[in-house]
Amino acid sequence: MLLEIDNITLLYGRIQALHGVSLNVGQGEVVALIGANGAGKTTIMRAISGIRPVASGKITFNGEDITKVRADLRVIRGISQSPEGRGVFPGMTVQENLDMGAYTRRDTKEIAADLERVYGLFPRLKERRKQAGGTMSGGEQQMLAVGRALMSRPKLLLLDEPSMGLAPLLIQQIFEIITEISKQGTTILVVEQNAQQALSRADRAYVMETGRIVKEGNGPALLDDPAVREAYLGAA
Amino acid sequence: MNIGELLRSFPELTVTGVTQGAIYALVALGYTLVYGVLRLINFAHSEVFMVGTFAALFTWGLFGLDSNTERPSIGVALLAILAAIVVAAVTSAAVALLIEVTAYRPLRHRNAPPLAFLITAIGASFVLMEVAGSLTVRRPFGVPALLPSKPLFDIGGWAVTPTQVTTVVVAIAMLVGLDYFVQKTRAGRGIRAVAQDPNTAALMGVNKSRVIALVFILGGLMAGVAAVFNDIKTGSTKFNVGFLLGLKAFSAAVLGGIGNLRGAALGGLLLGLIENYASALFGSNWRDFVAFVALIALLMFRPTGLLGESLGRARA
Repeated sequence: MLLEIDNITLLYGRIQALHGVSLNVGQGEVVALIGANGAGKTTIMRAISGIRPVASGKITFNGEDITKVRADLRVIRGISQSPEGRGVFPGMTVQENLDMGAYTRRDTKEIAADLERVYGLFPRLKERRKQAGGTMSGGEQQMLAVGRALMSRPKLLLLDEPSMGLAPLLIQQIFEIITEISKQGTTILVVEQNAQQALSRADRAYVMETGRIVKEGNGPALLDDPAVREAYLGAA
Repeated sequence: MNIGELLRSFPELTVTGVTQGAIYALVALGYTLVYGVLRLINFAHSEVFMVGTFAALFTWGLFGLDSNTERPSIGVALLAILAAIVVAAVTSAAVALLIEVTAYRPLRHRNAPPLAFLITAIGASFVLMEVAGSLTVRRPFGVPALLPSKPLFDIGGWAVTPTQVTTVVVAIAMLVGLDYFVQKTRAGRGIRAVAQDPNTAALMGVNKSRVIALVFILGGLMAGVAAVFNDIKTGSTKFNVGFLLGLKAFSAAVLGGIGNLRGAALGGLLLGLIENYASALFGSNWRDFVAFVALIALLMFRPTGLLGESLGRARA
């Protein structure tokens, strides 16, 4: 397994946000994490990237215990995140934002090649490379956040709500790109409210409710699960 | 009000105002850099400046220069100033870093509330000032005469001395250098990233502690350079020299829009000019009064300062 999360709990002040969550992501997989608002999906992402410390439990990445490793050092180990709300640096240009994605790298030539790869995936970003991140539309910022996360050449790409606030056509497009990134060899853990898209494209998926994993299985199987359909797909 | 005096001395007031403003601007940058990244008013920055004024004096002592020696040749004077700039900048940067590591970092590790930082900042300021006070037996120290006092040029009353030229030229060089560093280098991008969004910066692999240390060092370098020219300009220094100057420089940073580097430069310049025009208009006793009234009046109409935006949001 590339990522193993073993029984983690996490507190926001006195509120317990995660109650003993365990999940795994294997090399090359696309794993989806679905659930309602406030179920703790984003909290798991923050625990994996190291933005929030866990209260107990263990996170293993690539065979090494990273539970206590600082967030910035996890990037060097190969974890990259497109955060909830996109986290585009508003005062930096598109190009500068992408350069930030490669902040930990020194291999200038390879970075230039990866920049072209990202511009290939998102031609819109190339057109807007000189524009300030804060002045872009929601969809463009989403592309920028995903593209930027790729710039560190991650082993594991964490995507938090990549479809949030996007028009249906753009949602389709961004999921096609996620599939493309996966085909190019990157392992992906994606948090989504759009369960339909996430489940149909994921190898495996976990369902969360109030800080716990309540179901897991392969993507298409969960898509056919009556309980999941009722809760997350709006179908009886 | 003495409008005649203002009009008569306008060129001279402008020149001295710009010189004073250059010193304010350099010190203001330290406040604004730290604020931009930590949202903290580092009141101990005035003492970072104060230490610089003594470091410069110490350097001149090594050249055998003190307040009683003859004015050296122009070559020796420039060399002595250059040496003092290097020594004062490094010393001030070291003190700034020391404050961050011993006073603020432990608080951050304990997730202290903002008020704890503020009280610590004021406390650190007093500690440094009083230590300097007891080491120097609270007496003023004269600065050696360095540059010739005869105006370098004088066009229609616009007389400019070598000291004023040197101060402004060096200040501009420092400002441009800092601006380039923050806008164009990798480390500068790290500073802007933390200022704009600390969590996302960490997700990019930016080491926040290192960025914080860096802004304290940069602020210290600027304050050290300012200290050298304040020595030369005022002709003396004292353990509490940082107090009022620090307050003014902080005001300059607020005037320009705290967190904004170019705002700090502009605020410093304006404050220097306002002070000098005010002292001609109302008498020099009213100088600080008018300067602060102008600051309050401006903030009423532009609460975020002249250039307003934070370091993070300021566009390249």
